[in-house]
Amino acid sequence: MADLIIDAFSSQTRLRDMIRAIRGCKTAAEERAVVRKECAVIRASISENDQDYRHRNLAKLMFIHMLGYPTHFGQMECLKSIASAGFPEKRIGYLGLMLLLDERQEVLMLVTNSLKQDLNHSNPYIVGLALCALGNICSAEMARDLAPEVERLFQSRDPNIRKKAALCSVRIIKKVPDLAENFMSPAATLLKEKHHGALIAGVQLCTDMCKVSLEALEYFRKKCTDGLVKALKERVNSPYTPEYDISGISDPFLHIRLLRLLRILGKGDADASDCMNDILAQVATKTETNKNAGTAILYECVETIMSIEDNSGLRVLAINILGRFLSNRDNNIRYVALNMLMRAIAVDAQAVQRHRITILECVKDSDASIRKRALELIFLLVNENNVKPLTKELIDYLQVSDQEFKGDLTEKICSIVEKFSMEKKWYIDKMLKVLSEAGNFVKDEIWHALIVAISNASDLQGYTVRSLYRALQTSSEQESLIQVAVWCIGEYGEMLVNNVGMLEKEDPLTVTESDAVDVLEAAIKRHTSDITSRALSLVALLKLSSRFPSCSKRISDIIIEHKGSFVLELQQRSIEFNSIIDKHQNIRSTLLERMPVLDEASYNSKRKSGSLPPTASAPTGASPKLPNGVVKSPAAPMADLLDLSSDDAPVPSSSGGDNLPDLLGGSLTSLPSLTGQAPSNGTDILMELLSIGTPAAQNDVSTSDLLSTNHNNTPSGTPLERLSPPSPFSPQVSTPTATTPVMDLLDGFSPTLSMSNKKSSTDPYFSGNNGPVYPSIIAFQSSSLKIEFSFSKQPENLQSTLINATFTNMSSNIYTDFIFQAAVPKFIQLHLDPASSNTLPASGNGSIGQSLRVTNSQHGQKHLAMRIRVAYKINNKDVLEQGQITNFPPGL
Amino acid sequence: MIHFVLLISRQGKVRLTKWYSPYTQKERTKVIRELSGVILTRGPKLCNFVEWRGYKVVYKRYASLYFCMCIDQEDNELEVLEIIHHFVEILDRYFGSVCELDLIFNFHKAYYILDEILIAGELQETSKKIVARLIAAQDSLVETAKEEASSISNIIAQATK
Repeated sequence: MADLIIDAFSSQTRLRDMIRAIRGCKTAAEERAVVRKECAVIRASISENDQDYRHRNLAKLMFIHMLGYPTHFGQMECLKSIASAGFPEKRIGYLGLMLLLDERQEVLMLVTNSLKQDLNHSNPYIVGLALCALGNICSAEMARDLAPEVERLFQSRDPNIRKKAALCSVRIIKKVPDLAENFMSPAATLLKEKHHGALIAGVQLCTDMCKVSLEALEYFRKKCTDGLVKALKERVNSPYTPEYDISGISDPFLHIRLLRLLRILGKGDADASDCMNDILAQVATKTETNKNAGTAILYECVETIMSIEDNSGLRVLAINILGRFLSNRDNNIRYVALNMLMRAIAVDAQAVQRHRITILECVKDSDASIRKRALELIFLLVNENNVKPLTKELIDYLQVSDQEFKGDLTEKICSIVEKFSMEKKWYIDKMLKVLSEAGNFVKDEIWHALIVAISNASDLQGYTVRSLYRALQTSSEQESLIQVAVWCIGEYGEMLVNNVGMLEKEDPLTVTESDAVDVLEAAIKRHTSDITSRALSLVALLKLSSRFPSCSKRISDIIIEHKGSFVLELQQRSIEFNSIIDKHQNIRSTLLERMPVLDEASYNSKRKSGSLPPTASAPTGASPKLPNGVVKSPAAPMADLLDLSSDDAPVPSSSGGDNLPDLLGGSLTSLPSLTGQAPSNGTDILMELLSIGTPAAQNDVSTSDLLSTNHNNTPSGTPLERLSPPSPFSPQVSTPTATTPVMDLLDGFSPTLSMSNKKSSTDPYFSGNNGPVYPSIIAFQSSSLKIEFSFSKQPENLQSTLINATFTNMSSNIYTDFIFQAAVPKFIQLHLDPASSNTLPASGNGSIGQSLRVTNSQHGQKHLAMRIRVAYKINNKDVLEQGQITNFPPGL
Repeated sequence: MIHFVLLISRQGKVRLTKWYSPYTQKERTKVIRELSGVILTRGPKLCNFVEWRGYKVVYKRYASLYFCMCIDQEDNELEVLEIIHHFVEILDRYFGSVCELDLIFNFHKAYYILDEILIAGELQETSKKIVARLIAAQDSLVETAKEEASSISNIIAQATK
């Protein structure tokens, strides 16, 4: 044992040597080794309770802590060191306490007693140490326990103790605002201090008290405003004091704190504001601003002027000072000026408008902090009168701005342009500019909105598609530009070629049909194109195939080329489209009609209310389970494009009617999608549909009959019409997850059933949210327990169902250790998530929730079934209940 | 209020950290890493303020060291620059033209000085002279205690010879 102690001691290095050793390390591994060795020695020394080295150990631990290594084992050493009698031990102990611990550690409570003793110590330096530690890390409990001690120290004869006590109280009242009233009168006394430190601390304490207590605010406003004004006056007119002088100003810190407190007192009180007008004017005019200290005072003064009750003369002065700041060469000063102007807008927007040009220059500054501030400020300054020149400036700057700034800038420009989009041509022009300059930074919803707008502006469609075509010639690398252009060419291709709807000042453009197809082909073959662009291009090609007969063969070739695409989405689409071109000439032109006008109002309201389905904003393929992630959001607009299910879409009944049963009959999987919409129509029909939907039956069924029974509320018409959802068209457009019925019709042609399986799951009938709606059931009920199941399905995975189970206690006893278990047949997989609780309150006063995920591998053929067992304890007695659930809604 | 004070060397090594708001050890490491990434890469002509997580970080470089203080949005950035300078001047007087090595080997003294300038994230003393006097008085208390201890151990050593 003795050997061991000696051993441990002999390896003790001095602090200096340890630091040197650590600094000498060449690699992180080496450093870790040194630290590990030191820590081992320190631990050994701690466990020996060795007092001679405690000081050194603590110092070492602090250094090690600063490097980021764990040092919790040293926390108790701090407490021991604080508890020892000598000043040196206490000093290092308190330092360690502040560095190694924070207010959230339980250990901290143990120091309360030592702190209490030290606050009453006869040595003022020890009192100072305790106050400092308390002020830096005390918790709410400690604040409560020690507040009386601190309050007493306001009476201390030593001003250094008084100032420390005041700042310590700042923390105390922040932790426990109720204590503020105890400190009110001692704080007011401090405001009469001559000692700067004590005065500053007193002013600070008053400021913070005003923030937490209205009572204190009233109190200080009444009692201290005059005194503070006088104190500030004294400061402003004080002669040179070397001790406090900073670049010619006597104690700028005190100035600033006095101004800040005056601001709080003057805000919302005309009398108090009036009282300080003179001195504020004096500070604003007399302060030297060639040094940072003076500027800091002026800055504070301007803020006070802007915050207190109205005095227009002073405000003009203040805004002028900011204008001067704004043209200063020092970046810091410009930054604070922008900051201030932002707050000044609320007070006097006109005055800020005067500096618009200068602010615009700041948007182009090389300093990211300044640019960001300036851009936000400009955004606030935009109004009807200046929006055009400002937008032009911003877009011009977009061309040369840094890459990392483009995102912010684009976002702001887009929202300005959208906000002032009354003039359609201007809006479209500006958006196209932004798309061409920074299309990669434009968010999806922005260009979706643009498409909706274009679709509504029938007189501008020709112009838009030509402008887009031109834009594509020069900037072909902006993803969202390509997407918008491709969509427009698909829709308005003939306007591009025939120069339809020329505007007055527009130059004519010669584009042949094959040029237009070139663009689409380029977009689809561009290797950096994302899947949305490619899919959009495919749809656009399909649309053009009927309108540009000369290119029909070429388009069909391109589509065929993609039948082998490795991207499932594209492959499927090309196969489907190819079928349309090959086999369904007679319905093709109807199918490929131009989109009906999209409902702008409902799109905008959806966007504003943020009710876009989460999938729309989620990044593509975010969910790893998606078999076909791209179907989700990116496919959305594409789906919409083909949509002809609008009520007002002209659908001649003669053209396509005959084919429909065929189209539908081929698809067994489109059926659940149709039925999903109408579970309320009666589950029997659903049942029937589902049971029919087996491969064996698929071709024999007269689906149109089934459909008409399903939609028994719709008047009879052509099957195509009947297919259209009874809901108005708009929701589909605005919910990008929706795919069209047409897609489902086509599913039948795809060679692999599994694929169409997945496809049909994005059917609009699952309309935009989480999938089909199934009624919830009471899965189990006994006299003591009720279990309810509610169901939801992810549209992309029909086999699996998410069940939310809710357990309710019907008895008057509390159930503890509640466990729910379930068993399923082999063809089903079950996954249980943890329950929300294992205690179930009595008499239905609460419930436990638990979610289950079941995957039915024979979905569509076999129903869900489940055996359940519930175990719980009543007064520590075990209870077991069992049951079987067979009443699952069909289709799960 | 100042939420924390950081001293970071140009190589990204931490020389002093003082936290006035509660941050767990993990958060502290993250904050330091994040901020040194931002601050050390900023050009010399840019302004001394960085907006960060809803706060503002005011920093200033002195030789190889960056002094950073994190403050609230509504605080006076220019004043914080003066506080940093105030701290640096006091360090300078105490160590006699301070350099990074002084702060590495006497890091605890730097902390003692900081504790005489700031409490609870607020400025405590604006007179450099008073800070210097208070530190000197406490240093001498430590010295006296040390001397006493060594003289006692000398006496014991001689008595047990």
